[in-house]
Amino acid sequence: MTDTVDTTITAAPSVPAKGEYVPPTFGDSPEGTHVWQRVPYNAGDYGPVTDFTTDFDHADPAYNPNAPEVWKELRTGGCPVAHSDRYGGMWVPVTHDTVNEVAYDTDTFTSRAVVVSVGRPGDLALPAPIGGAPPITSDPPFHGMARRLLLPAFAPKQIEPWEPEIRALCNRLLDQLGDITPGETIIDAALQYAQDIPVNVIGRMLGFPEQDEALFRKFVHDVLERIAEEPGTRDGMDDLGNYIFAQIQDHRANPRDDLTNYLINVEIEGQPVSDEIAGGMIILLLIAGIDTTWSAIGSSLWHLAQHPEDHQRLLDDPEVMTFALEEFLRTYAPVTMARMVAKDTDFHGCPMKKDDWVLLPFPAANRDPLKFEDADTFIVDRQENRHAAFGLGIHRCLGSNLARLELKVAIEEFTKRFPRFELAGDTRWSVGQIRGPRELPVRILEVAG
Amino acid sequence: MRVHLDSEKCQGHNRCYALAPELFDVDDFGQAVLLVEGEVPDELHAKARLAASNCPEYAIKITENDS
Repeated sequence: MTDTVDTTITAAPSVPAKGEYVPPTFGDSPEGTHVWQRVPYNAGDYGPVTDFTTDFDHADPAYNPNAPEVWKELRTGGCPVAHSDRYGGMWVPVTHDTVNEVAYDTDTFTSRAVVVSVGRPGDLALPAPIGGAPPITSDPPFHGMARRLLLPAFAPKQIEPWEPEIRALCNRLLDQLGDITPGETIIDAALQYAQDIPVNVIGRMLGFPEQDEALFRKFVHDVLERIAEEPGTRDGMDDLGNYIFAQIQDHRANPRDDLTNYLINVEIEGQPVSDEIAGGMIILLLIAGIDTTWSAIGSSLWHLAQHPEDHQRLLDDPEVMTFALEEFLRTYAPVTMARMVAKDTDFHGCPMKKDDWVLLPFPAANRDPLKFEDADTFIVDRQENRHAAFGLGIHRCLGSNLARLELKVAIEEFTKRFPRFELAGDTRWSVGQIRGPRELPVRILEVAG
Repeated sequence: MRVHLDSEKCQGHNRCYALAPELFDVDDFGQAVLLVEGEVPDELHAKARLAASNCPEYAIKITENDS
């Protein structure tokens, strides 16, 4: 079993606890750096993508709005694995089989870094098999040890009791929209609703101040959307490290019953985890739990705004949500992961070199017609749905039970409150590996009486 | 009909627990636990098939009796 604890490995003690936050160092070689660039970065080296087969860029502003078309073109054009020189070299499998193969081969494809960017982790960054934000950045066997620390907090029976609070939060946000005139009032379902739900829940689980929620969204933007910027200029990364470090200090001085206190006190192999590892786990929970679910909620509402028949079905037959929820996740899966090539390898004829990036678009796997009937069609009660929205293999999304609950409740409360709504202007999509609407203006056509 | 759960393959997606709680529970780590031993009651056959056909990791197998 993949999560078995291997007692022969001593991972934590190699990284000493630090008394202060140390900002990262940058360079053009792995030696002596936290972050290095394989090729010098020059703003403007690359223009808009004209051919995703040979010049793939998921940060191209045209990618996320049109991603399903891009995947389809690659597949039908006979290109199961695209390539790009951007980010110092990147490969992109787009079929279910190839995505699955990369996800399962943790020897060839390391998780040490999972956000493709100009910079790669250097010698001074936490090494494999730990990585900077365990366990998402970890490989076996450390991965299983770190994951087992976190799994119980996110198991279904721990998450289910949050439902009433999430429902109350959704209704509070809907109330805050103020007076609605059906047929006239336009609200932003991403900015005024979706983006506020997951950040509130994970912030409370971690025991972070509620007034810092806007800051958390900035951290997410810094980490996940500013990927094409020169590493040394991404000052936002420093802000995140500093913030987490300060929270750890505060939780140590004023212990309370939350996930942060749990994580700074856990042991791996009988050794206390270092601040660096605890901080990495906290960063993971904060970053991974925010724009991912916010994106799924936004995309689902974007769909319903254009498909009143699906909306009506949810109102007429609430039981169908069991299937609709998974179909929202399949069709609009927000999360593309990434790996780094651990050793030179030939992957279906692709000559992959050590330290190449491999983008892992689970959303593309979910649209593969070889795996799903009518793959590009949303079928509200699809019965067979082995979607990969939460990944495949040992890195299955740790927060999937929480994400699913937030998505379900957010859709239920919005669709009940507003039995009819439609798009009212341009949807602005995110940039980078997390795909979802960042601005979603909708006109409310009916308010529940 | 019999249901088989491969705990090595299970990654805790919890799809089976959501679709067929009569047949599957989850442990403290969110891993699936099979609740039935031996024959699956007739009224749960559909749910068993549903759970098997929604597992992303192909961890659930169904064997049908020949009769």
